[in-house]
Amino acid sequence: MRIEADLDRCVGAGQCVLTAPTLFDQNDEDGRVVVLVTEVDDSAIAAAREAVHVCPSGALSLVDDR
Amino acid sequence: MLDPAVDPAAYPKVRTCPFAHEPEYARLRAEAPITKVPMAGGGTAWLVTRHDLVRQVLGDPRMSSDRRRPGFPRLSANQRPIPSVAPLLVGMDPPEHTEARRAVLAEFTVRRIEKMRPRIQQIVDGCIDDMLAETGPVDLVRALSLPVPSLVICELLGVPYADHDFFQERSSLMLRKSTPVEQRAHAVEELQSYLDRLVTGKEREITDDLLGRQIRKQREIGEVDHHALVALAFLLLIAGHETTANMISLGTLALLVNPQLLAEIVADPTKTPSAVEELLRYFTIVEAATSRVALEDVEIGGVLIRAGEGVVALGTSANRDPDAFDQPEEIDINRSARRHVAFGFGPHQCLGQNLARLELQIVFDTLFRRLPGLRLDAAIDDLPFKSDANVYGIYEMPVTW
Ligand code: SF4
Repeated sequence: MRIEADLDRCVGAGQCVLTAPTLFDQNDEDGRVVVLVTEVDDSAIAAAREAVHVCPSGALSLVDDR
Repeated sequence: MLDPAVDPAAYPKVRTCPFAHEPEYARLRAEAPITKVPMAGGGTAWLVTRHDLVRQVLGDPRMSSDRRRPGFPRLSANQRPIPSVAPLLVGMDPPEHTEARRAVLAEFTVRRIEKMRPRIQQIVDGCIDDMLAETGPVDLVRALSLPVPSLVICELLGVPYADHDFFQERSSLMLRKSTPVEQRAHAVEELQSYLDRLVTGKEREITDDLLGRQIRKQREIGEVDHHALVALAFLLLIAGHETTANMISLGTLALLVNPQLLAEIVADPTKTPSAVEELLRYFTIVEAATSRVALEDVEIGGVLIRAGEGVVALGTSANRDPDAFDQPEEIDINRSARRHVAFGFGPHQCLGQNLARLELQIVFDTLFRRLPGLRLDAAIDDLPFKSDANVYGIYEMPVTW
C-alpha cells in the first residue's frame, strides 16, 4: 500500500505525526505533512489507516497499487 | 448559575452535569441525527449529533465558518459579531483561511511544540512550588489551571505576563453567555487596543517570540499586515487562556473522583497521553467553534440543507456517539480516543491542539507525582461549574493535600 498526501488540502494539524511518527513529519516552513515512508508494509498498515482516519482535512489516502 | 434568559427548549442545551451529557442528544442521534432546532441565540439551525455526520459537515468546503454571514448560528442572544474585530482565523474561509493558517503553522507543529517541553515543565513546577508554599486549601483554578496556559501563551506570543489579569478578566467576560453585547464589545476594544500597541512596539523593535518572528517573516516577503497580526494575537490569547485551563480543572476532577484511573497513570506515565485524549473526548468543553452556515444547497445524511441555513456540528454529542466509541459514557484511558472531535475537524481544526495536549500531559503527570495526597476540599455538587459559558469548565476548585 502506498501513502499519498494532497498538500493543497493539508492544514498541518499534525494528527498524522502524532498517530504514526515513523511514517509522517511536518515541514518547518508551513507545517505541512512530509511523508517519510511512502510504501507501507503490513506491519505499518494499521497505523497508516488510523492516520488517514484522524487527518482532519482528508489530505491523506492509502492506495493499493496491486 | 443558569441564565434565566435561556429558553430550556432551545439548543444547544445548557450543560448541567460535568459527567453526564444532555440525554436529549442521545435520542436525537438515534432518531434524527440531523434536525432543525430552535437556537438559544434566536432563529433555527440544523443540529448535527452523530459522529460521522459531524465530521462530514466540518470537512465540507461548502460549509462556511464566516461568522459575519447571515444565518450563522448564534449560541446565545448576546453572541453577535462585533464589527470592530478583524476576522479571526476561526471565522475565515479558504483560500484566505488557508494562507493565514499556513503563515503561523510552523510555530505549532508537533516537533516545535515538543521543544517547549522543558519550559512548560518549569512553569508547571513553579506553580506547584507556589501551591506547596501555601497551607491548603488552595483554589486549583487560580493556582494552576489558569496560570499554566496563560504563562505559556504569553511567553510564546511575547506578551508581558504582568498583564495577564487584564486578559483573563476580559477573556472570561467574552466567553460568558450572559455578558451583554455592549460589555463584550468594550472588553474586545480594550484587548484590541492593548494588542495594537504591543504589535506596534514589536514592529519598532523585533523581539524573539511568535509575533516578532511573524513580523520578520512578513517583512522578508513584503509588508507587515499590522491588523492581521493584532487579530492573530487576539485569537491565540483568547484561545490559549481558558480552554486548556478548563481541561486542567475538569481532568483533575475526573482523576480525583476515579482513583483507579489515577492509580493507573501514576503507575505508568506512558499512559498519560492516551488518558489526555480520552479526557478531551469525554468533556468536549468547546461547543461554540463548530458552527457553520451553508454556502449552497448541501445534502448531508439524506437531509437537504439550503444555502444560508445555519448548522451546528455538536462535538459534545459526536464524542459520546456509541457508534464511534464503545461505552462512550465511561472514561476508559486505554481506549484509542484519537478520533474524537474535541478540537473540531476539517480545515479549522484547532491550531493549538498539540500545545494543549502537551500542557495537559505535563500538568497531570507532575501534579499527582508531586502532590500524591491531593484531594478535593468541597463536595462536587458545590463546585461552580460554567453552565453559563461557551467553554465548559469550573470557576473555582478548592483542593488540599
Ligand atoms: S493530519 Fe492531515 S492535515 Fe494534519 S498534518 Fe497530517 S496530513 Fe496534514
